[in-house]
Amino acid sequence: MSEIAHAATISVLVQNAPGVLVRVAGLIRRRGVNIHSLSVGPTEDPSISRMTIVVDTAPERTEQFAKQLRKVVEVLRATAIDSSPTVDRELALIKVNVTPGTRLEIMEIANVFRANVVDLTEKTMTLEVTGKGEKVDAFVQLLVKYGIREVARTGQVTLVRGAQAT
Amino acid sequence: MARQVIAPGPAKTAPTRRQMNGAQTLIESLRRVGVKLLFGHPGGASLPIYDALYDAQDIRHVLVRHEQVAAHAAVGYARASGGVGVCTATSGPGATNLVTGLTDAMMDSVAVVAITGQVPRAVIGNDAFQEADVTGITMPITKYNTLVMHPTDIPRAIYSAFHLARTGRPGPVLVDIPRDVSQEICEPDFDTVPLLPGYRPVVEGNPNQITEAADALSAASRPIIYAGGGILSSGATPELTALVDATGIPVALTLMGKGAMDEMHPRCLGMLGMHGSAFANWAINSADVILAVGVRFDDRVTGRLKDFAPHARFIHVDIDPAEIGKNKPAHIPIVGDAKQVLAALGPRVRAPQIEAWWKQIEEWRRRNPFRYRQRDGRISHQYVCDLLNRLTGGRAIVATDVGQHQMWMAQWYRCREPRTFITSGGLGAMGFGFPAAMGAKFARPDKQVLALVGDGGFQMTLQDLSTAVEHELSLPIIILNNGALGMVRQWQTFFYRGRLSSSILRNPDFAAVAQAFGARGIRVTRPDEVEAALTTALATEGVPCVVDVHCDPEENCLPMIPSGQSVAEMILDE
Repeated sequence: MSEIAHAATISVLVQNAPGVLVRVAGLIRRRGVNIHSLSVGPTEDPSISRMTIVVDTAPERTEQFAKQLRKVVEVLRATAIDSSPTVDRELALIKVNVTPGTRLEIMEIANVFRANVVDLTEKTMTLEVTGKGEKVDAFVQLLVKYGIREVARTGQVTLVRGAQAT
Repeated sequence: MARQVIAPGPAKTAPTRRQMNGAQTLIESLRRVGVKLLFGHPGGASLPIYDALYDAQDIRHVLVRHEQVAAHAAVGYARASGGVGVCTATSGPGATNLVTGLTDAMMDSVAVVAITGQVPRAVIGNDAFQEADVTGITMPITKYNTLVMHPTDIPRAIYSAFHLARTGRPGPVLVDIPRDVSQEICEPDFDTVPLLPGYRPVVEGNPNQITEAADALSAASRPIIYAGGGILSSGATPELTALVDATGIPVALTLMGKGAMDEMHPRCLGMLGMHGSAFANWAINSADVILAVGVRFDDRVTGRLKDFAPHARFIHVDIDPAEIGKNKPAHIPIVGDAKQVLAALGPRVRAPQIEAWWKQIEEWRRRNPFRYRQRDGRISHQYVCDLLNRLTGGRAIVATDVGQHQMWMAQWYRCREPRTFITSGGLGAMGFGFPAAMGAKFARPDKQVLALVGDGGFQMTLQDLSTAVEHELSLPIIILNNGALGMVRQWQTFFYRGRLSSSILRNPDFAAVAQAFGARGIRVTRPDEVEAALTTALATEGVPCVVDVHCDPEENCLPMIPSGQSVAEMILDE
């Protein structure tokens, strides 16, 4: 994973309508900012989805992005996550080469990271790991030497801790 | 409501009163939001809409010769009237021709609704004949857009479009309607309302912020008001004028703000910015408190941001929260409608002690007023602008094109009333002036309306002289003809060592062109002919009158703060 100069997280509640993802992503692109990750899924209300967007931007510009996002008609709420304590999670699937000699070693590493083996063949093992981005990065790094065949990551999802709404 | 589909062919039973097709539903929806006039050009995908228009005696359709003109005319209509301008085009090439006009409306916050035909639902995404992804293309250049997939959704789509276009920060909205949706019979519900839970513009300013702003202004020693198009959008001219009358605080206007305040008012310093007056620029850059209302700190106003008004505290009032702090941090941000905020702010400001400040400003104004020279035998551009100002008393509606003539008119035409200066400010779209003037004339047939254009820009949309002739518009079109793309030539002269790359024009005889279209055409080459020609054009009724004024081919537009520089680098004289 490449290092991000300034990773800022913006949480956006949107109406579940056609084209909303394109509107939000297009708006960020137009403002000249790179999207590091973007995850979308329904909320407790099926007509509303939450997007968690991690962008490469200086902290002082993050609120400006949230303001621009609030102008999208289908956006109900956009929050620049700055100093609030948060829970951040990401899920990754990692398919790694295995041999009879490395299988146990890899499972030991997986244990430390509380990763699950979700698929196993003679030549490959697919692991599922959940955690903060840095934890996933560290896990992936440790597996490099065995030969990573494929990685799929969901991108970060975030909620503010406690009673405060995100 | 259930959607009812009826196969083509004669209906067995007579349709009930509320049954109609999608196109008729569209026309009825437009009627209900108060549309009286639209500008457009038909085509395959919009044939059902045009068929429905055929029956609509109370909605006038102005057939333009190019869709770009429809969009610019809708902008002119909206800006002159304060209402919503409506334009329509068919799918594909029709819709893509609206793009420039819609972008202009987006940049200048103009209430426009565009209705486009789309290919039938079944072939959307199949690269059908005259298909373009119009909602995709126009996403970044509209405030909102939508593709209507069921005829019963049309009333809500239209009500939402008009609501979004004219409330909050105004802007263009596009509604894309597939041909078969226009043809399908339905039972529409016209009592529906917009459903926009994410759209809640804030109009009232925060009272604590307003009090803080009032205190800052009352205590200021060098205050200034920096007023823009937001004053016009919200109709805040009376509130702004009252605040200025009560406090004596000077006002500088942006290009978009021309008309926001009577420019003959002694407290009004006219336009600031790249080609604004030296005194307005010196004043704002020396200010200690700046009340910025309905402005967006555009680079053509601020130049290099870090050097713009370095000693000032900024009070920034805007209805769009995203504008506040976007370019320059606001010390006192106030989100709200300019009219409401100024009405609340005005009575709380105690007149500050600014005699010394005014003495300084008046000295600057005396030292560096706008001025021009008349070279022997040549017609000065500024003289023509100055003359138009005197002949109309600043009370005509002027639409300009883009370039040197636009800046000279902004300098010399002193607007007395709101909504009298219509220009492509943010986008700077050449080809805008003449169509926008047509739109303005349709909106305000009672008013003197004129177009001031350059020889370059006019050639981008002059085919619509046909439209102006057809509708017998009393519309003078004054060309400041310098045989060049003047502003390009000026920049090449100043910044590219005079290498005039593709900026010199070989022009037609515009008067003869006008006559060929059935308009009146006058060619002016000598200074002593100008006044009579302009007087004739302004008095010409029932037909557009093109006055081709051959101006000084070498004149540059000054003062000028070069792009990305500060007031310290302002070029005052050549």
